[in-house]
Amino acid sequence: MDGILALLGGILLVAGTTFLLLGGLGLVRMPDVFNRIQAGTKATTLGTLLSLAGIACLQPAWATKLLLIGLFILFTNPISSQVLARAAHRIGTEKSPLTSVDRLAEDQGNTP
Amino acid sequence: MLKAVNFLVVWVLLVFFWVLLNGSLATDVLLVGLIASLIISLLFSKDLALITEFRATPPAFGAALRYFLYFLKELVKSNIRLASIVLSPALPLNPGIVKTRTRLKSRMGRLMLANSITLTPGTLTVELDGEWLYVHWVTVESTDIEAATAEIVAGFEQHLEVMYG
Repeated sequence: MDGILALLGGILLVAGTTFLLLGGLGLVRMPDVFNRIQAGTKATTLGTLLSLAGIACLQPAWATKLLLIGLFILFTNPISSQVLARAAHRIGTEKSPLTSVDRLAEDQGNTP
Repeated sequence: MLKAVNFLVVWVLLVFFWVLLNGSLATDVLLVGLIASLIISLLFSKDLALITEFRATPPAFGAALRYFLYFLKELVKSNIRLASIVLSPALPLNPGIVKTRTRLKSRMGRLMLANSITLTPGTLTVELDGEWLYVHWVTVESTDIEAATAEIVAGFEQHLEVMYG
């Protein structure tokens, strides 16, 4: 039983860190701030949740606290990303030339 | 009356979180938690829309469960999709900010919707303005309001509508 839990925990940890690595890679490769936030938010959320689940398998006594940490991450991660994106848009951060449409700027009366 | 119920719900929930965090039911620990939670719920219970705007009806709990499962599925999908974009040498992007509209009326429902959109495939809520949501989309498929709404918003909206209205 312990062996199975340890194996499962290891697999989850590897999966979680892989997503975190991909998120980091996304931060480097994406062309502008909005796309970078996209890469940063999603990969860190799932990566951290999987890592926490992995730790919970390796240290079952910590499970409730890890669950709480996971909940807080689920609630705070998207809010911080959204506020960052909004702030970036309000100060007129340069968008990637690939950007095809910006309805928000249009509605605010600016040219995209 | 409703105020008192809200206050009690918030207090009990805070004490529950406190006990989970401490992992102990010793008298002194519990006492500190009870007093601290009491003060917090006295000050803030009217603002905790997450709990107080939730419709505590049987269909709402069912919708909450379905919402959570749908959310997890979308979260995994979004990661796989983003991973494939990041790993492909050509970096296939077509980013843009589209406008979508929500039917949800409550503040909490809209907040949950905006958060959910941020965590799902290639979309990020940039600005909330009443019923209008401005969403940054890594691979824009449609700039039409109706089509974008159906693609991005509808999946979550159907569950959140039952939960918060």
